[in-house]
Amino acid sequence: MNALLDLKLVFVTGKGGVGKTTVASALALFASQRGKKVLICEVDARGDVAGFYEAPPTGFNQKEILPGLFAMTMDTEASLREYLKLQLRIPVVGRIGPLAKAFDFVATAAPGVREILTVGKPVYEVRERNYDLVVVDAPSSGHIIGLLAAPQAINNLVKVGLIRSQTDWLLEILSDPQVTGMVAVCTPEEMPVNETVELAARVHEETTVQLSAVVVNRVLPELFGRQEEKVFEALVVPPPSEQLDELVGGDAGPVLEAARLAVTMRRTRSTHLDRLRRSIDESVPMLYLPYLFTRSHGLRTTRQVASSIGEELGY
Amino acid sequence: MAADRARRATDKGPSSAAAPGGSIDGLLATKEIVIACGPGGVGKTTTAAAAAVMAAIRHGSKVLVLTVDPAKRLADALGLDGIGNTEHRVPDEAFRAAGIKPRGQLWAAMLDTKESWDALIRRHAPDKQTRDEILANPLYQNISGRFIQSHDYIAMERLYEIHSESDYDLIVVDTPPTRNALDFLDAPQRMADFFSSRLLRWLIVPYRSRLVNVATKPFYQIADRILGTEFLADISEFFILFQSMYDGFVERSDSVGRLLSDRRTTFIVVSTLEAVPLREAEYFAEQLTARRLHLGAIVLNKVLPVYLRGSEGATVAESMKDRAADLASHLAPALEAVDPALGDPDQIARVLTEVADSYLNFQVVALREMEERTLLSVVPDVLATVPFFDSDLFDLAGLVRLGEQIWE
Repeated sequence: MNALLDLKLVFVTGKGGVGKTTVASALALFASQRGKKVLICEVDARGDVAGFYEAPPTGFNQKEILPGLFAMTMDTEASLREYLKLQLRIPVVGRIGPLAKAFDFVATAAPGVREILTVGKPVYEVRERNYDLVVVDAPSSGHIIGLLAAPQAINNLVKVGLIRSQTDWLLEILSDPQVTGMVAVCTPEEMPVNETVELAARVHEETTVQLSAVVVNRVLPELFGRQEEKVFEALVVPPPSEQLDELVGGDAGPVLEAARLAVTMRRTRSTHLDRLRRSIDESVPMLYLPYLFTRSHGLRTTRQVASSIGEELGY
Repeated sequence: MAADRARRATDKGPSSAAAPGGSIDGLLATKEIVIACGPGGVGKTTTAAAAAVMAAIRHGSKVLVLTVDPAKRLADALGLDGIGNTEHRVPDEAFRAAGIKPRGQLWAAMLDTKESWDALIRRHAPDKQTRDEILANPLYQNISGRFIQSHDYIAMERLYEIHSESDYDLIVVDTPPTRNALDFLDAPQRMADFFSSRLLRWLIVPYRSRLVNVATKPFYQIADRILGTEFLADISEFFILFQSMYDGFVERSDSVGRLLSDRRTTFIVVSTLEAVPLREAEYFAEQLTARRLHLGAIVLNKVLPVYLRGSEGATVAESMKDRAADLASHLAPALEAVDPALGDPDQIARVLTEVADSYLNFQVVALREMEERTLLSVVPDVLATVPFFDSDLFDLAGLVRLGEQIWE
């Protein structure tokens, strides 16, 4: 299990609404708490990774927001500028105006360029050994394949030129299961499970990246053992239910009803969990994170999730 | 105090449809296109399907539900195995099996990006040769098959095509999560801009004459260095071929854009009452208004039951927790009477504690939801609240249960 933290580059993805960014932020936080130098890179410019650490918004320039934890927000234009400066030694100043315009065009005209700049930046940070671990808060599962498959697609399209030589080292890093991995975040519900199973198959078939772990978020607690459930069932009908009302001096109905809801939810969800475990290759570890009854986010929540990740990883 | 504010909201009571201007029923009866949008994971696909099912059942109309989400989920929601790019009618047997007799017809389709692009090329290509060359162009194959930008446009294009060429009374469209949904609103305009671009004209200048043009030379030199000559040649071949379809495409994307802002089109924003999705939904609703698009309704999904919000419930739960051992000893004889194995006071105390804790835990979430509800800044014509269902709703009967909640 600890192998997850031995990777250098982790893409965190998942269906919208399952807590992808929470898990990415918490994973990065946990790794930094273990003494690693970590970069969390958010790909969606409208995302709010910084908010998960209660830090001011981040930009393309990496900034240390907690000890050992750096954050940045992807900006493909800035990425292109940096790329041109570093790789092509093109004098950027004075040229970038028309170039930016041309870029927007080329990015639209030559599909994959935008994706490759997005994926290229974190891979570059890995190649340069600037961090022990780079965590990418990646696009949702509907869009991650296009992103991760871009270097291969470009490689097939472009036979010569600088882009071609760039995709070679990109692919080398992305394809090494000791270096790069993907984490799929999921909740124990029907649709997210379906999508995770589908994603696992597509990652395998269409990209060179390996699925390193599935994180199941918002797992509800088990309220009762079997015998306790019998006690509960006896408690909700008269005479015990009436006696309980009397003893507490009020209507215990809603409280009992809520427990019933929790039990049903947990049961429905566990069938989805079983299906998930059966459908994902046995070699892929699964991490289970508890449902947090707060629905807030912020550093406190991120810390809580980080420590759950730590427990699941066996630390 | 957050809790006080939330409690005040509770006192107002959970109105399931605060409707200054209408109802979902009316909306679906008068509009031809309903676009369901909102953040991911809020039940948007299911809501779109439920709305379509209800319109087919209640209105006797011919209804199509079209999903444009790259994750192919509508098939699950409708209990169909693999609906393709072409529209399929949901069989009457499926309704009968669910104990429903629809007055109208329900059709379903899922967007296949690649197939739709190919159809578009076939439509606009001036001749057979151009058509075949485009379809075989490596760049085209990648655009149409792999890349997400092309998805947004083709979704709207397909909606337009279906709307203009078939006889559905109502088309309900499911969309990708908010951020992409915005892209998809802009897609027709972007497509038109793209084909009108000056840079495009540079690019399709025959390769040799480019290098002599002083003004554009630096652009080509950089482009050459980055992308390689061969790739540039592929790009320019692709666009030279595409140029022959220019007028058709621009005209078409203009029409698609007009359709979105047409009075016959409305948008339903779907969300839960969790903070993050709700902010996204609000953002989207604001964007719709800013673009003069019609915000028909907001549907708040998966709202926890009312009984979780009562202050009496909290008092009872606190008391159950604090006095668990005492209560257990009093309850033990009655439970033992039911079954001798159930009379262990320690076990009863554990159950009481778990039950009380669970209530208090869920109450935190339920109160927060109500707080979010009162903070909602956008006021649509129709605001519908759908309760949390304790089981998954992915068959027709389930969709009807959900639909009835939206309908009220």
